[in-house]
Amino acid sequence: MEILCFGLSHHTAPIELREKFAIPDAQVAPTAVELAQRPGLGEAVIVSTCNRVEFYVAAEDTAHALTSVEQFVLEKIAAPAGEAFFQHPTPRSIRHLFSVVSGLDSMVLGETEILGQVKKAYLAAQAAGATGKHLNKLFQRAFNVAKEVRTKTNITRGSVSVGSVAVELAEKIFGRLSDCKVMILGAGETSEMTAGALQARGVKTIFVANRSYDRAVSLAEKLGGRAVHFDEWPREIRDVDILIGSTAAPHHVLTAAQLAPIMRTRRDRPLYCIDLAVPRDIEPAVNDLDGVYVYDIDTLQSAANESMAIRRQEIVVCEELIERHVREFSDWLTSGGRPPGFGHPRTTGNA
Amino acid sequence: MDRLLLIASTFCFLFGFAYTMHALGARAYRRSWLNFFAILGGFAFQTAFLYVRGKQLGRCPLTNLFEVLIFLSWAMVLFYLLIGPTYRLSLLGVFTSPAVFFFQLIALLAPSSEQSLPKITPNPYMELHAAVSIMAYGAFALAGVAGVMYLVQERHLKMHQLTSIFHALPPIRDLAVANRRLIVAGFMLLTLGIAAAFGIPGILETHLVKISWSVGVWLLYAIILSAEWRHRISARRGAWLSVAAFGVVLCTLWGITFLTVPAPR
Repeated sequence: MEILCFGLSHHTAPIELREKFAIPDAQVAPTAVELAQRPGLGEAVIVSTCNRVEFYVAAEDTAHALTSVEQFVLEKIAAPAGEAFFQHPTPRSIRHLFSVVSGLDSMVLGETEILGQVKKAYLAAQAAGATGKHLNKLFQRAFNVAKEVRTKTNITRGSVSVGSVAVELAEKIFGRLSDCKVMILGAGETSEMTAGALQARGVKTIFVANRSYDRAVSLAEKLGGRAVHFDEWPREIRDVDILIGSTAAPHHVLTAAQLAPIMRTRRDRPLYCIDLAVPRDIEPAVNDLDGVYVYDIDTLQSAANESMAIRRQEIVVCEELIERHVREFSDWLTSGGRPPGFGHPRTTGNA
Repeated sequence: MDRLLLIASTFCFLFGFAYTMHALGARAYRRSWLNFFAILGGFAFQTAFLYVRGKQLGRCPLTNLFEVLIFLSWAMVLFYLLIGPTYRLSLLGVFTSPAVFFFQLIALLAPSSEQSLPKITPNPYMELHAAVSIMAYGAFALAGVAGVMYLVQERHLKMHQLTSIFHALPPIRDLAVANRRLIVAGFMLLTLGIAAAFGIPGILETHLVKISWSVGVWLLYAIILSAEWRHRISARRGAWLSVAAFGVVLCTLWGITFLTVPAPR
């Protein structure tokens, strides 16, 4: 039995092409059932996300299976597969799937969302009866590989985007964010995104201060917060835990001299300042004050880059781990899907 | 037999310490049940040691510096186990197990501190005073550990160094809360310990130096608590004070014990 992977991803096709072949969630399972019933095929799972559309099939003959899948794509989507599509026979298909679920093939290396997406696709196909012994075993093994890669390596360690680094730092200072108050200085897109990320982690109270009060109101409504007149924000900061600065001011909006007396009245409450503005809104000397932690766009990006570098260093370790599982699964497949001891030598494949 | 139990306990803490250091060095530190169970094993051996020792002495085993150090280590681990899951896995694994390991190592390597005392009739107030006071110092020691962790994490945040240990340590707000709660717990226990001491007949005549020292420690922590309660000091200063205060306690503990142990006849 062979496993074939046929599809396209963000590595091989731009979004304009990927969206042509994307399959809506509700259609994934019935489409997989249809595919599995094609001549030469027996089992099928379809993974369709914003970054990939991949068809996994189990078949006795790779060439025949490939023809069936290509024909299916042409009929279903009314467009030929084209050069953007890759074809991975055994064992490359197995290696590819294990890499995908481990986050090694994702746009953001080590991201974890893909595992949930593949699980959902597999369970839908399984429930619809599109899978059999081989793809069931393959996907179950893939999920175990993903778990092992995550627990034994640093591939998911740290945050790799400015926004997620900012949120991670907030959690390292405050722990629980649900009782934190956030103030946005300057109602811009980046501050909105950062505040949104903090909200997603539990922040409930958001103040928005902007020179144009109307814009402050508009963003506050969007975030479910409260608008503050720009000249009133120094009074409100006494009660704030996280300050996001992203004004267009050409000078420092918050200085150490302004903040020092305020910090004396809130000795055991830290203040976390995220300065997304260029030129900076917050004077660097503010970071020297007791209980204040200032991170500008450069330090956040540097932290994100460092995390990404750590993840890249882990690729080799992950690939070694995956390769062992690829060998073990390939042996199982070659032995006709029989457990070890049924006339075939066991391959331990220890890394 | 009791010494073997202590050696087994020390090895458990050494394992926990070595495992954590290796994982941190390999940048692969993760909260680990392996480390927790090593510490739990160490605690079990410590408890067995104290029980066996106590049976031999016919009293609470706090008769010399050796036993005081072991009891102190036991109290630190007890507080660690009581603090809660949030703090347990990273707090002790990273910092406290080395502290406990070193206390026990010092106790094991200093046989001159094991001089035997004349047998005395145990006094319940004396037993309560000694045991509860040492437990208080265990809480103060763990507060010192939380203070060190706060300062390390705070430095990482200030210097923008997001290393492996940064990811392993708890949030600084949680560390500040843990520090404060441990000092409060230790202070309450020490208050009880000192109160129990005054129930011992003739205590001021026989142990004036030790009682004075305990009251001095009590006053030191009362000042720290008062300053924190009135928001007169930042969490960072509070952390420094808890580290310094325990440093003072540790440095003077040996001297006080030396001054109060009767000279061999």
